[in-house]
Amino acid sequence: MSLRVFDGFKFKKLNTPIHKMDPRAKFMFIIVIFALSLLFTNLIGLTILFLIQLPLILLAKCGKKWLKTMKGTAFFAILIFIMNFITGSSFAFSLAMTIRFLTLVSSFSLFFMTTSPDDLGLALEQMKIPYPLVFTFTTAVRLVPTIAIDAQTVIDAQKSRGLELEKGNLIKRVKNFIPILIPLIVSAIRRSMELAEALESRGFNASKKRESYITLKFSKLDYITLILTILLLIFGIYIKLYVSLPQIDLPIKFPTISFYKTFLKS
Amino acid sequence: MIKVENLRFSYFDKEEVLKGINLEIYEGEFIAIMGENGAGKTTLIKHFNGLLKPSSGRVLVDGIDTRKTSVASLAKLVGLVFQNPDHQLFCETVWDEVAFSLKNFNYSEDVIKARVKKILEILDLTKYSNSSPFTLSGGERKRVALASVLVWDPKYIVLDEPTIGQDYRQKERLRNFILQLVTQGKSVIMVTHDVEFVAECHPRVILLSKGRIVADGPAEEILSNEEFVNECSLELPQISKLMKALKDLGVNQKIIDVYSAKSYLVKMLKR
Repeated sequence: MSLRVFDGFKFKKLNTPIHKMDPRAKFMFIIVIFALSLLFTNLIGLTILFLIQLPLILLAKCGKKWLKTMKGTAFFAILIFIMNFITGSSFAFSLAMTIRFLTLVSSFSLFFMTTSPDDLGLALEQMKIPYPLVFTFTTAVRLVPTIAIDAQTVIDAQKSRGLELEKGNLIKRVKNFIPILIPLIVSAIRRSMELAEALESRGFNASKKRESYITLKFSKLDYITLILTILLLIFGIYIKLYVSLPQIDLPIKFPTISFYKTFLKS
Repeated sequence: MIKVENLRFSYFDKEEVLKGINLEIYEGEFIAIMGENGAGKTTLIKHFNGLLKPSSGRVLVDGIDTRKTSVASLAKLVGLVFQNPDHQLFCETVWDEVAFSLKNFNYSEDVIKARVKKILEILDLTKYSNSSPFTLSGGERKRVALASVLVWDPKYIVLDEPTIGQDYRQKERLRNFILQLVTQGKSVIMVTHDVEFVAECHPRVILLSKGRIVADGPAEEILSNEEFVNECSLELPQISKLMKALKDLGVNQKIIDVYSAKSYLVKMLKR
């Protein structure tokens, strides 16, 4: 079990146009991709949505980490494909659902890889969201890698006590996660209590009006992105409503129960 | 015997944490691994039960290559107690917590009962056997974690920072207990920054700095050597400092613990 999946969601400061973009513009883009990928069930449409992101990921120089995330989610992707396929969906539909999942994961991966939690917090604050809420959100994001490290330590500690994670049937394997999850949850709760106490003792939220040293500003690139994003959204909705995309499908289908029945009868 | 041969290790593709470690640990030895923060101490001990596998070189535990066996089967030989007990406690009672590993190793009910009872007594935890481990104090939780490993009686016992959060009396108990294990022929390996504790125990000391072993020898040789100790951002034990201050009187510089210092000085004053 590896926690390197999270690598693809970790921010790393790099000097690329994508990193420099305003988080709000980026977020709009991600939301539009998200919405469109839920709108379409067509294989071609979803593939295009997936492919749109690739140049951006390359531009942000995150290709390697992105690949790692994709590898990490491969298991779920395959699971989604198989589940769709054996329950009687067509090949194209099963593949489309898999690509939808990958699109969602990779868009969030792109966003979190290129947006520092601080900038994100700032963006939320400038959207007039109360600071305690913003702080909670940024802390949650920041704690993900910390908890990932904790999880690895817990796994190591329990393995050292003879716990075998990869052994036994399905029920045994699920049960094996109890010794991992409980210490993890307990230490997360303990940490949050300590964090709260530390915050209180340092006068958190004592001044009602906060001023920020840095204010986010839309650059030309951000405006262009925003306009393109809106165009993409309109275009996507237009296609969904008025254009029927061609369907490609392989003529293979998982045999359904009725197929077996007729097969046995003959 | 644990044999470490030219062990190199790096996490993922980052810089090497261990840069060629050669080490032999014999049965019945008592070893303290010391060194500055980030020297690679914890990384090294995680190799002893196969949690980490060498990037190059190898680690042999009683002739078994750690790369070729599972952690679970090595754990039976090498008991590793982690620094933070909160990373492993999860049961409803202290008793269950201590019995957990024995159940993993498929011991019979009778054996489990007897062993848990005994180890709880030794570590002064019997009164908590029905309490939840989460309600105990930090030092007590640490002892529960210790008990949960010692209970299966591993041949090699590896302790990561066992003295943190323990008061003087508990440290004394721990010291006596460790020495008792050593006389029973167990090897005890502990990672620690606690110079005074090490000085009282007289183990073999291995100093680690930036992924390399910089010194390896008896405690009285290593901990009285200012150069070594400073290199690993440690401090001389107090008795060693005293002996250094009394250097002009020609006192033995190799004395590091209170008991031998007292008898030495008394003998000298009588002369």
